[in-house]
Amino acid sequence: MIPASFDYVRAATVEEAIDLLVQHGDDAKLLAGGHSLLPLMKMRLAQPALLVDIAPLRALSYVRDEHDHVAVGALTRHHDLANSPVAISGASVLAHVAGQIGDPQVRHRGTIGGSIAHGDPASDLPAVLLALGATMVAQGPTGRREISAADFFVSFFEVALAPDEVLVEVRVPKSSPGQWGFEKLTKRAQDWAIVGAVAVRSSSGVGVGLINMGPVPLRASGVEAAIASGKDAKEAAELASEGTEPSADFNGSLEYRQHVARVLVRRALEKVGV
Amino acid sequence: MRIEMMVNANAESHDVEARTLLVHYLRDAVGLTGTNVGCDTTSCGACTVLMNGESVKSCTVLAAQAAGEAITTIEGLGDEFGQMDRVQQAFQDCHGLQCGYCTPGMVMAVTSLLRENPEPTEADVRLGLEGNLCRCTGYHNIVEAALAASRVHEVHQ
Repeated sequence: MIPASFDYVRAATVEEAIDLLVQHGDDAKLLAGGHSLLPLMKMRLAQPALLVDIAPLRALSYVRDEHDHVAVGALTRHHDLANSPVAISGASVLAHVAGQIGDPQVRHRGTIGGSIAHGDPASDLPAVLLALGATMVAQGPTGRREISAADFFVSFFEVALAPDEVLVEVRVPKSSPGQWGFEKLTKRAQDWAIVGAVAVRSSSGVGVGLINMGPVPLRASGVEAAIASGKDAKEAAELASEGTEPSADFNGSLEYRQHVARVLVRRALEKVGV
Repeated sequence: MRIEMMVNANAESHDVEARTLLVHYLRDAVGLTGTNVGCDTTSCGACTVLMNGESVKSCTVLAAQAAGEAITTIEGLGDEFGQMDRVQQAFQDCHGLQCGYCTPGMVMAVTSLLRENPEPTEADVRLGLEGNLCRCTGYHNIVEAALAASRVHEVHQ
């Protein structure tokens, strides 16, 4: 499968990438690792006229300890995040989940920013960032702004980035190793989650995220409230499917996915001692 | 557009369309047909090559993205006298193939795995090869070959 024709340019700086986005508008698309975009282009589901390759911007590949949070450059590859000592100690759930995405070849190319900006509800990282209460940093023509994870995922494959903005950083509040649970159901090792669940315990309570349970990654607020009011894992997990509308496909019906979500949330909660 | 990269330590320079995938650049422009196209959807790993020493699926990388980088294909593993390297030799010794279609990708994936983890356990190998499918389901001997290759490394050290 060959993508439709396009022009290709490498941006030397974030500012140059933003300039190109301003000039070309909807015709331009940012390219990082390309492991979400290129498959779509090969199937001709996406046909951008211009690809702006930002992957070589090494300045956006980093994992830094910033006292109360871990800052991850948007172009940090899953492989580098999974093996980062800073991430492993300060945001071990993020490092663990990054190491579960796809397969080694995918993790050698795919980036956290590319995955998040793609806005696929079946991706693992968005639900983790929701549960952690992460903050995204976007840079546009007029400077940088912060977007909370709760506001970032707008609808199916749509995020809160403006057409002329580049996602430059993800900030994750620090969490303790062992204070999280991550559960993903797949039929084959490298597959996307049929359903996934993540629970993270912090000083402000337990955050719970759901993967592939609707058009956007979800925060299971009903479960979180139940835990805060003293319910145990089994009782709280019963609320995991409330209000969810997962799509039905050959991997499972709506009812099946809702059942799996309740099971996986219970398992994730048990891992954080609920 | 003109795309230049190092392939198996040779400087390559070819005029191709921007939409050319790395696997087609290697097979059609450079003329190295050892890298197979399997599923063409980032799933099977038959097209695995090394980019700067790390495994990537060349059906999901643009040649333009690899410009300026160092690519190693299956043809780049043996020595100049046609002697196979330790991973290739282990695949032969352990009969780690049946039809052979997945083999170039498997060998490159094992090469990358052993660079990151020189002494893998069997579980490490099975997880490390999750991105490579063998339709003959000859996984047992492929895993044996990867472990055998890792032991050769130990002896040489």
